[in-house]
Amino acid sequence: MSLAGPAEAPAPPCLHSQARVMSQDNRRLDYTLAGALAVLLLVPWYRVRGGFFSFDWPGELAGKHDLWPAMAQAVTGRWQIWPVLLLLALAAVQRLVRAPGAARGRALAVIGAAGLGWMMLEGMSIGLRGWNWGLLETLFGAAAGQPAFGAGALSLGLVFTLLIAFGLAERGALKGDAFVLGAISVLVLLVATFVFYPIVSMFTGAFQDFDGSFTTEGVTRNLIDPKIWSLSCLAGGYCGVAWRTFFLAVATATGTTVLGLAFALVATRTGFPFKKSLRLLTVLPIITPPFVVGLALTLMLGRAGVVTQWIETLTGFELGRWLYGLAGIWIAQMLSFTPISFLILIGVVDGISPSMEEASQTLRSDRWRTFRKVSLPLMAPGLANAFLIGFIESMADFGNPLVLGGSGGVLSTEIFFAVVGAQNDPARAAVLASILLIFTLSAFLAQRLWLAGRNFATVGGKGDGGRHALLPARVSGPVTCIVVVWGGFTVAVYALILFGGFVRIWGLDHSLTLEHYQRAFGIAFDGGVRWTGVAWNSFWTTMKIALLAAPLTAAVGLMTAWLIVRQHFPGRAAFEFALMMSFAIPGTVIGISYIMAFNLPPVQMTGSAAILIACFVFRNMPVGVRGGVAAMAQLDGSLDEASLTLGAGSGRTMRRVILPLMRPAILAALVYSFVRAITSISAVIFLVSAKYNMATAYIVGLVENGEYGIAIAYSSVLIVVMISIIGGFQLLVGERQMRRRENGMKEARA
Amino acid sequence: MSGETRGAVEFRQVRKLFGGFTAIRSLDLVIAPGELVTLLGPSGCGKTTTLRMLAGLESPTSGKILIGGQDVTRLPANRRDVSMVFQSYALFPHMNVAENVAYGLESGGMKRAEARAAAEAGLELVGLGGLGARLPAEISGGQQQRVAVARALVLEPQVLLLDEPLSNLDARLRRRVRTEIRDLQQRLGFTAVYVTHDQEEALAVSDRIVVMREGEIAQVGTPRELYDAPASEFIADFIGEANVVDAEILSVSSGQAQVRLGAMVAELPARGLAAGPARVALRSNALRVGGAGEAGLEGKVATSAFLGDHVEYEIESALGRIFVIDDESDEPLAPGTAVSLALRPRGAALIP
Repeated sequence: MSLAGPAEAPAPPCLHSQARVMSQDNRRLDYTLAGALAVLLLVPWYRVRGGFFSFDWPGELAGKHDLWPAMAQAVTGRWQIWPVLLLLALAAVQRLVRAPGAARGRALAVIGAAGLGWMMLEGMSIGLRGWNWGLLETLFGAAAGQPAFGAGALSLGLVFTLLIAFGLAERGALKGDAFVLGAISVLVLLVATFVFYPIVSMFTGAFQDFDGSFTTEGVTRNLIDPKIWSLSCLAGGYCGVAWRTFFLAVATATGTTVLGLAFALVATRTGFPFKKSLRLLTVLPIITPPFVVGLALTLMLGRAGVVTQWIETLTGFELGRWLYGLAGIWIAQMLSFTPISFLILIGVVDGISPSMEEASQTLRSDRWRTFRKVSLPLMAPGLANAFLIGFIESMADFGNPLVLGGSGGVLSTEIFFAVVGAQNDPARAAVLASILLIFTLSAFLAQRLWLAGRNFATVGGKGDGGRHALLPARVSGPVTCIVVVWGGFTVAVYALILFGGFVRIWGLDHSLTLEHYQRAFGIAFDGGVRWTGVAWNSFWTTMKIALLAAPLTAAVGLMTAWLIVRQHFPGRAAFEFALMMSFAIPGTVIGISYIMAFNLPPVQMTGSAAILIACFVFRNMPVGVRGGVAAMAQLDGSLDEASLTLGAGSGRTMRRVILPLMRPAILAALVYSFVRAITSISAVIFLVSAKYNMATAYIVGLVENGEYGIAIAYSSVLIVVMISIIGGFQLLVGERQMRRRENGMKEARA
Repeated sequence: MSGETRGAVEFRQVRKLFGGFTAIRSLDLVIAPGELVTLLGPSGCGKTTTLRMLAGLESPTSGKILIGGQDVTRLPANRRDVSMVFQSYALFPHMNVAENVAYGLESGGMKRAEARAAAEAGLELVGLGGLGARLPAEISGGQQQRVAVARALVLEPQVLLLDEPLSNLDARLRRRVRTEIRDLQQRLGFTAVYVTHDQEEALAVSDRIVVMREGEIAQVGTPRELYDAPASEFIADFIGEANVVDAEILSVSSGQAQVRLGAMVAELPARGLAAGPARVALRSNALRVGGAGEAGLEGKVATSAFLGDHVEYEIESALGRIFVIDDESDEPLAPGTAVSLALRPRGAALIP
């Protein structure tokens, strides 16, 4: 250490560091290429039917050609693997012959891109039974069919992606940061595979016949179908499903925005005595499987519902089936989505700088005038935002229409019935899904482009003291009234859910029983534990899949957030935009597009647990991204830079500085993605299989069979499980903060 | 690399664009080993961008950066032999003080125990020995600042970069800490590049000052040179708040010019100027305030402010409104009082 003395000339550190850079460039390349070689020699190239991780395949290698690794496939006639081997050999030559630098970097990037391109090309072109397109067959003659890509092929895809990243790093892109480049490349590959490829497959699926040849027949037939586009309900007739869905979404969005604003105003600007407990409402949509509200409504207002029967005996008037249709769906969606709107609008109402209102009051305006002329206009963009989100939620809602739709469905349920029902018309499903997608994406674009920059909520920003004005009396009265009535309704609905599971036969025999719970969650103890209940199978599957999906979702989401917030790479804005857009893709559309994309080679996943996990990861990732972006925005950017200037690479910075500081955000992302995986239904219902059935899909099946008792009992259990998970998490985080504060105080005193 | 080039820094035609915005036009700058150079300028002048390019946190759009004779233009921040003290200190809040200081050493592959010992030595150096177990949130702002310096110094970088290191400290502490930084730099002999927008700070610590303006170097020189011979009105105004007034050069002989300032005539270094109209920078201490009727320029007090050890005046005169400091009299003159202004031997310079 020469710190204490005058500076002396030590060993030349910068020559040394130059050498270190070069050896790092070589080392990561060595690892990657060695890994590629191992995969080529040992891992099955194609998909293993029984599942790769079951590890049954090593025993069956001898008999089955399809299980052989790439090297063996290549020498036994699968010529489509030769270019892959050739490109890897070229990469190895580059490593051995050339020194790290811009020239080698370019070569490696080109090799990686060529490898990925070739794998995509051959994977798409050669299907199970040879060429996928007649044109290729006439050009090149017959080809042997090949199964879908397996562990080997997918690993090699990863290797090529990394080669691109390492190549770009050696060329000096992004200051030569291989970690960041690798992360970006892998993320782009994943998002392309699991978000955009399915959507594109769905569109192309609309133009395909059963045998795969091109046709516009299905699309044109469906595009002009009056069942979709008729507007005759305006003249007293029956409207097409597209318009019905649209009108429903507008009605729901309007209703939830008004109710949400009422709740937000009461919670923040009145002396309402139960303000704190109002905020509990915002948890409801997170823990409630989406069809549960619809289910509870049938118990209350359906034909055999409590309220229906009460009114009928009182008045003798026959109410009938009014609930099963748009009216019922609307009420259910209002119940389901008002809390979401409430959550958004609390932020908006709270975000208005109090000094604006105080200024207005000092300028001789009374509370009413202040509210009307200042507060409300400032909230307008926030209200528009809540409206658009309500619109998207209503459009994408699948659970409530499925339970309450009756004969008059909406787009999301029509899509479902177009593929699972007797129709089996994929073109119709694809057209309907495209219409739905266009609606939701327009709303999303409106929200992002038109509303962007119109938000007044943060005007004034930090250091703004003062207090929000209370509501004027002529507003607070009606608003409180609305909140009390609707709040009471919501509580009654949820009480019915919890209570309904204990009633023998709803509407006929209201004696209390534990029978439903026994049938669903029975456990027998005869020589060990036996899970005899009918629900256990799907329950454990759900837990397993949600547990696997949660860390992956959190990892992908937070990694993406880090890249978006802290790294400046070309195309970053487009990258972020595309990711956020995937949030506006309705679950039903995801479900249908996953079936269309992943049912056949090159990537075949239907019927596996992997497809469910992939679906959850990429459907819930935007939530992780948002959470991560918010958390990271609070971390001073110079912390990363300080770590870099102190000699740590991006990977080490991530591990030692970012991750520890983001621990609460990570926990939140974990819990949230876990819970969302449990409650999700719209995409899942397309993807479940006999082997991997999920709780929500199972419950919907029960409802369809009329087994309401068990369905409600199962739903209540799910709700209780999720309340305990979220509550436990809150306690954990809260306590941790408390402990830290106490420690801090102790040490400060010491 | 020889011992002589260790710590040398060179910018060669460095240019930096952010999208369409030109942050740095074309920067050429050589910094000698062991020198403390300040980048000074108003906000948005490109000084922080220059520092961040040296750190490797930004890449130049074109041009070369050399550290210790080695081209580091494409080298990422974590592989450059520099370290940086951030404006916000950027102490990792989840690590204690010792862990913060040891962090860079451990990144470089040093054993944990060894790194901790070196960190303790570094903390001793900045007078914080024994505080290693505290969290950053549990020490004062001034101590945090010194931890940030220690964390950067223990790496024994060729160049230490300081980005407005004192801006989060109160005025009194600022003076003390800047002296400490200068002392450390002189004692250990490392090269330092220091960014600030405070001209007083720059004058106090620097071997040389680089004044920047709109992405370009406006002038480079020792504090003395900048103060005595500003290259432009901008420099004159930015360094030491000069009054820039119209004047006339009557004659020039052997490098000295006879300059008429209103009713006064002064002899100033000609700085290559010929006879004719000119501009003169008058420092606030260049004029002495005297009673009405004395020799010099006539004027009238417009405003006055008593600041303890001196009085600040703005005086209306034939040269315009002039800002003057009077540290001789205790009693401030009331606005409206007639005065005379006499030239002192220092504090005036012709602007080329």
